Amino acid sequence: MVTVRLNVNGVAHEGRCEPRKLLADFIREDLGLTGTHVGCEHGICGACTIMFNGEAARSCIMLAVQADGAELMTVEGLMRDGKLHPLQEAFREHHALQCGFCTPGMLITALDLLRTNPSPNDREIREGISAVLCRCTGYQGIVNAVRAAAPILVAGR
Amino acid sequence: MKPPKFEYHAPKSLEEALEALGRYGGDAKVLAGGQSLMPLLNFRLARPTALVDLNRIGSLAYIREHNGQIRFGAMTRQRTIEFSPVVAQRLPLLKEATHWVGHLPIRTRGTIGGSIAHADPSAEYPAVLAALEGEVVARGARGERVIRAGDLFQTYLTTSLAPDEILTEVRLPVMPAGAGYALEEFARRHGDFAIIGIAAVVVREGPRCTMARLATAGAGPVPVRLRAAEQILEREGLGEAAIEAAARRATELVTPDADIHASADYRRHLTGVLTKRALTRAIGVARG
Repeated sequence: MVTVRLNVNGVAHEGRCEPRKLLADFIREDLGLTGTHVGCEHGICGACTIMFNGEAARSCIMLAVQADGAELMTVEGLMRDGKLHPLQEAFREHHALQCGFCTPGMLITALDLLRTNPSPNDREIREGISAVLCRCTGYQGIVNAVRAAAPILVAGR
Repeated sequence: MKPPKFEYHAPKSLEEALEALGRYGGDAKVLAGGQSLMPLLNFRLARPTALVDLNRIGSLAYIREHNGQIRFGAMTRQRTIEFSPVVAQRLPLLKEATHWVGHLPIRTRGTIGGSIAHADPSAEYPAVLAALEGEVVARGARGERVIRAGDLFQTYLTTSLAPDEILTEVRLPVMPAGAGYALEEFARRHGDFAIIGIAAVVVREGPRCTMARLATAGAGPVPVRLRAAEQILEREGLGEAAIEAAARRATELVTPDADIHASADYRRHLTGVLTKRALTRAIGVARG
């Protein structure tokens, strides 16, 4: 067993687990933060994407022990003072989700995209969100939401 | 869909890592960015006795210019390479290739050393290493050795690295100023593994071509340097007829395998099509 100390959404956590425990499972089972979803478990679907030290990464192909000392942000960390993040607002406004399974990964991936490329064109948005699979929306609503959120995030800097 | 049990080592130095690796006599795996190895563990296709995780060895992540080469610590993240001004200026082919490696969240963790040591024949970095005639440094119990790209890749997922060696550095020669370059790839979706990828570099002096480089991804068990196609350009220049002839020759130089993604004939056809596209684009941006 190993001890894992880390900071998630600004809160310090500590847990003990086997070295083989996946970070996604640690977040869900040990920390109780079930907003991070587990889909394919091999790094393809993107549902488990979280911010790892400020950069989007797949938590299903990392070990929990590798996050010892790290700062994470999960989908639960997007809201501030009881208000939805502008990206979440845009997702609601533009019908960018149906079943919602991919949405946590989609939001974190889109946030990372807009931090590295604050004014993406539609091709860049499509390429960025191609990191996450969505089986409901056909993606158009997601593209619309990310496009709409981009200038709001720039203005909010 | 969860990894099997393994003993876990997270050394803080390369010496400790080599010591841990040596203890298992080939039954340990080196964990770099984990973007290929972790899925293999989750599927239990890999069942190593131990993992030696290099992620706590800070001294293995760097980008340095030295003796006409850019040297990358093996643990340099693909994301760091993507946004590196040195890479953009000195190795624009590598920057372009990085864009094709998985997706940004994959590149956050994926490393240059891991991608090359994993030796997936459809991966982009091995093709770039071949096209630029780069080399890697391997450290083992018996010391350090330098392995040229042509001597590194042996077959699918297999390199000439010994089980007790760790790839520590990747060295790529700085591209000549004004060199044209392109990486063309066809995959079903952006970020999927290449069905075929072609890396091209051309150096021109007026209508003459003083250097041409072509290397494949996905066209066989290892990256293939298309030397005979390069020679056509170096002999005949960069006109349309020479490009056509080089692309045609390229299809004869590869012996791709068929798999669930594409037939061998389709891959051979794509090799010609993408060679032509890569050369046309590379010539378009070449100065000189």
